[in-house]
Amino acid sequence: MVSPVSSIEPNASLITPGEGEWLADVIVVGGGNAALCAAICAAETGASVAVLERSPKTYRGGNSRHVRNFRCRHTGPLGVLSDDYELDEFYDDLLRVTKGNTDEALAKLVIEQSSECYEWMLEQGVLFQPSLSGTLSLSRTNAFFLGGGKALVNAYYRRCEDMGVAIHYNATAVGFHIEAGDADGVLIDFDGEQRYVRGKAIVIASGGYESNKEWLAEAWGEAAKNFLIRGTPYNRGEVLKCLLTAGADSIGDPTQCHAVAIDGRAPEYDGGIVTRLDCVPFSVVLNSDGQRFYDEGEDVWPKRYAIWGRLVAAQANQVGYSIIDSQSSDLFMPSVFPAVKADTLPELFEQLGLPVNRALQEVGEFNDACQQGEFHSNELDGLSTSGLTPEKTNWARPIDQPPFYGYALRPGVTFTYLGINVDNSARVSFGEKASKNIWAAGEIVAGNILGEGYLAGFGMTIGTVFGRIAGQQAGRYANS
Amino acid sequence: MQTVDVDVSHEEAVRQLGICNSCRYCEGYCGAFQALTRYREFDEPTVSHLANLCHNCRGCYYACQYTEPHEFAINIPSLLANVRAKNWEQHVKPQWLSRSMQRQVWPYVVLTVVFTLLFSLAIGVPWLSSQPFYASMSHNLMVLIFTPLFLIPIASLAWGVRSYWRSVGAESLTLQNLKDALASAATLRQLSGGQGQGCNYEDEDRFSSWRRWGHQATMYGFLLCFASTSTATLFHYLFGWEAPYSFFSLPKLFGVSGGILLSVGTAGLFYLKTKADVALGSEQRTRSEYVFITLLFLVSTTGLLLYAFSGTALASAWLIIHLAVVATFFVAIPYSKMAHGFFRLAALCRESQLN
Repeated sequence: MVSPVSSIEPNASLITPGEGEWLADVIVVGGGNAALCAAICAAETGASVAVLERSPKTYRGGNSRHVRNFRCRHTGPLGVLSDDYELDEFYDDLLRVTKGNTDEALAKLVIEQSSECYEWMLEQGVLFQPSLSGTLSLSRTNAFFLGGGKALVNAYYRRCEDMGVAIHYNATAVGFHIEAGDADGVLIDFDGEQRYVRGKAIVIASGGYESNKEWLAEAWGEAAKNFLIRGTPYNRGEVLKCLLTAGADSIGDPTQCHAVAIDGRAPEYDGGIVTRLDCVPFSVVLNSDGQRFYDEGEDVWPKRYAIWGRLVAAQANQVGYSIIDSQSSDLFMPSVFPAVKADTLPELFEQLGLPVNRALQEVGEFNDACQQGEFHSNELDGLSTSGLTPEKTNWARPIDQPPFYGYALRPGVTFTYLGINVDNSARVSFGEKASKNIWAAGEIVAGNILGEGYLAGFGMTIGTVFGRIAGQQAGRYANS
Repeated sequence: MQTVDVDVSHEEAVRQLGICNSCRYCEGYCGAFQALTRYREFDEPTVSHLANLCHNCRGCYYACQYTEPHEFAINIPSLLANVRAKNWEQHVKPQWLSRSMQRQVWPYVVLTVVFTLLFSLAIGVPWLSSQPFYASMSHNLMVLIFTPLFLIPIASLAWGVRSYWRSVGAESLTLQNLKDALASAATLRQLSGGQGQGCNYEDEDRFSSWRRWGHQATMYGFLLCFASTSTATLFHYLFGWEAPYSFFSLPKLFGVSGGILLSVGTAGLFYLKTKADVALGSEQRTRSEYVFITLLFLVSTTGLLLYAFSGTALASAWLIIHLAVVATFFVAIPYSKMAHGFFRLAALCRESQLN
């Protein structure tokens, strides 16, 4: 059972600037993809490196445990990637999802370097596999990791061990001593015992704060209690808060998080990929009052699942109910929890706890508003309702073929946008002045490039590119 | 860590495979995962089919984000190992013998002791004698003892595999099915990890091909030993050439090379097993697996020693021990871990039909 992780109270009296025990030339705070890329690259410069992973070994890797691929620029086929995916097209895709809310120079830097990352990852022992069944649309743009993100993380940890990087599990950075943007040392909780340690350079790759519901509640209010957190319970954001308190420049919208609609029965934390539900476009979605609230068929699901996270978050009790019939039950990837199933709609609504009469009326009106036409599950088929508010503009077929199926939907938070500002060498800035010895990478800097929206596999690209830059820079600094 | 119970329930198999089917990150590791994507529902024959395709390479376990302490508690290698062994126990009759030899150590000990006593009587006490092989025991007596000892277990195994084959709803076997299955088995393709990086076995998530090599040495060593016995039988009955044969004869060349390979392979597999996590296999059957590997090791080493000591005073002693472990092994063929090879071949044939 994954429980929420509680914050650790720092014992500030232990912070003794200029003293503290020596840990390593380069201290990497975090243990996910970006942290490990940084640790490997820092170690490659000859610097001694320590990685601080706050989770136990079994949960190492943060949200990287759950990822599945890496978006990668390439000219011509590259490994498992087919055809071309050039900078311009990649950047256009990014502009589309972020609605232009990005830093062009940093974004193009990441896209440019993603190509050489592929080879580098192979050298570190990462294995790729062809696109998974059901994801052929990504075979040109995204390189899938054999075994997924945890296998990638395992490969990086092995590489770190082989290079002599010291890995500390259950090691949480709880405080820093930063003066005028330059770090002196880190207060670390090693498995319950706090120690102030020092190094020459610090790389921050500690992720976002999406599993800190109290922090989410600052923007979302009480609704945040009903959010499900798709990834690690360890992304509490204390390091982010420490840096912001110390005067690091922030980036990204503090009131937003990226949330998708997922199976309402998912565990509160760490449900990952299997909790996704792809049935919405073929369904009608009711709120707990038995009413529809948005066009389920607006676009193909990969382009709409993020919108649905917010839509469901705005409903009473942050829940929605996706209803399909037997015509549609095989049109999407199987979900991890079996659907609630019944032979009649009243029985189904009863089981789902919906107001039966109201829901029946709503589905009845929907069915009556459906038009004749050709249904095509894998394209926008234009099969729309007529005269409804809101209309369903594609895949609108009457829900009338028993048995009927229902899934509860809830918002599943993937990541937060608020982060810290970095320049093209991954250096953290304090009052617009670059720090001498603090670099950052991964989710904590993603807001520099992803102002809003999300592009599948791009978080890994940002993490890998910035992780490598941060590690190289920190290593070089430590050696100088 | 909690392991899946020895008699894993079908509900538990459906639960775990359902989670895998919604994830599919492991598709590239092996044929079992590629087969899994074919199904939306997992009935018992389907679970059995997947279980017998699985080679327990454990890549999927170490890559899985849902292993304990995660509440989904995924442990596919252990789940499928238990289902697989349950299949062997169910299909190979008599079931009580299957169950006890798959799970217990004592049947192997009892059989070895009983056969040692029997052969001691047949060959004659005192043991120490430098008589040539057939002088200490007549060829006819050997054939009389070993023919049923070999044929009855083989018949039982064949009947068990046939029962399994029918239970998974397989169609009639074609030559192509057999070719596909043998090609996969010959190269142990399913232990390649998908890209030749190997298994996650003796050192947690570090990939290695040692287990694949250990198994290859064991399998080919065994086949060479089998070839040795077969050619010797042909020599005897077809050409009337009687043992002992010279070193440069086929039976000796096959036997010595096979014996060395089998000894090295089984010793290697035994060692690797001591390093591997028992919770990723069928934990309650582990001891019996160790005994079976030891038995195979003894079959080959006592055979080599018998050859090495031929003409000396110890020859009869080695002969008695060698014959006793070989006889025990024959009895164990359908009822021990040895069954896996035949069920796996059947599953690979079935998979060839489904692809």
